Amino acid sequence: MIKNTALTDLHIALGAKMVPFAGFNMPVQYSGINDEHETVRKAVGVFDVSHMGEFILKGSGALDLIQRVSSNDASRLTDGKVQYAYLPNEAGGVVDDLLIYRIDEETYFLVVNASNIEKDWDWISKYNTNGVTMKNISDETSLFAVQGPKSADVLDSLTDMDLATMSYYSFAKGSFAGVDNVLVSATGYTGAGGFEVYVANKDARKVWDAIFEAGAPHGIKPIGLGARDTLRLEMGFCLYGNDIDDTTSPLEAGLGWVTKFTKDFVNAEGLKKQKEAGLENKLVGFEMVERGIPRQGYAIQDGNGNVIGRVTSGTQSPTLKKSIGMGYVALAHAKEGTELYIAIRNNPVKAVVVKPPFVK
Amino acid sequence: MTFPKDLKYTKDHEWIRVSGEEAIIGITDFAQRELGDIVFIDVDTVGNEVAQDEVFGTVEAVKTVSDLFMPVTATVLEVNEKIDGSPELVNQDPYGEGWLVRVKLDNPADVEGLLSAADYEAQVAV
Repeated sequence: MIKNTALTDLHIALGAKMVPFAGFNMPVQYSGINDEHETVRKAVGVFDVSHMGEFILKGSGALDLIQRVSSNDASRLTDGKVQYAYLPNEAGGVVDDLLIYRIDEETYFLVVNASNIEKDWDWISKYNTNGVTMKNISDETSLFAVQGPKSADVLDSLTDMDLATMSYYSFAKGSFAGVDNVLVSATGYTGAGGFEVYVANKDARKVWDAIFEAGAPHGIKPIGLGARDTLRLEMGFCLYGNDIDDTTSPLEAGLGWVTKFTKDFVNAEGLKKQKEAGLENKLVGFEMVERGIPRQGYAIQDGNGNVIGRVTSGTQSPTLKKSIGMGYVALAHAKEGTELYIAIRNNPVKAVVVKPPFVK
Repeated sequence: MTFPKDLKYTKDHEWIRVSGEEAIIGITDFAQRELGDIVFIDVDTVGNEVAQDEVFGTVEAVKTVSDLFMPVTATVLEVNEKIDGSPELVNQDPYGEGWLVRVKLDNPADVEGLLSAADYEAQVAV
């Protein structure tokens, strides 16, 4: 059965085009992807991303459990800080990527991809041998991503939490729009700045309405998953299921910066060996030189027609008005400035390797 | 959504407007809405005869790509120059300025076999 978020009816009433995504009935666009994209880059927009999963890990062994399953070093977190990480599997791939929030020394809040909620739950549970209390609050929790340069201006009036000075990857919990216990973090997936607001489903409508009322003078708009994808791709952020998955190497995906060999974790040995042996492929960004739009699954070729990789994400960048993409290529072709050819409907179309973010 | 009565339609969401031996072809209002923001029309069949139901090009929206199917066997004469620089015309005016290609029909009578506006509307209403 397809799931709804707490606000599905509202999205339909707002004229959203709805699509099934990761088992949820989700808004893919309202006014149009380009318009929504520009709204987030220049002003402020709100995404209902309540399909995302949330787990609470609590107990004296919580940090040890997280350190075991996560690639990053969660011991570096302090209360009120967030960390990006991934869950490595034992075969060299990635179970999921996630955010880890430290509420207090013994309480952590994990935010995972909607498509992986069950898989992640089972995966972390498998390593929970020291009685950490795990709670899956995904079904009760709504998540709104308020993104764009005007985000702080809009949200500031709704809370006593000091959002204007909140540093990137920090969070606070407090009263928001008259609702207690709302968690607000300075995080997001757009590169446009902004916040993510976690609220119980029962209060979701109240919080959404308050945000839109406060945002009206700034031209706030609802934003769908379509623009979420173009925004994240302009920043070169990985999307699980496209750019990383159970079979892709996190090191080849460029996630070395959140892979901390200074501690032990699942498959640390395997990844260390891979790093020492040298990577075979690399996830690169590229821009099309000739006309055409790269799409997931298209082959990447060298100048002689040899297949050297595949496209994992691609779109027309609404900001640049150029076609951009990401894909894995053999290491010899990964250098900035290297010419690649994307096989678009069997025609090789010229592209060039560039270093993300595509939009600075 | 509009479905002009003077056009013929395909189940694949193209329309065709015949004048003598020639015709212009575009995609329907329904199609442009489904695709969303259109960013590129790729037609590489100019000068070629394309058989009925064969692909004569593709339409790229931000999120998706969709093939364009020839309603009846015809030779592609030209692509609408305006949509090259302004593909959004296909969204804004799918039956007017956002037309896609001009063709020479192999046999103008073939068009009679296509869907009427009412038939097409009934199909997309489902």
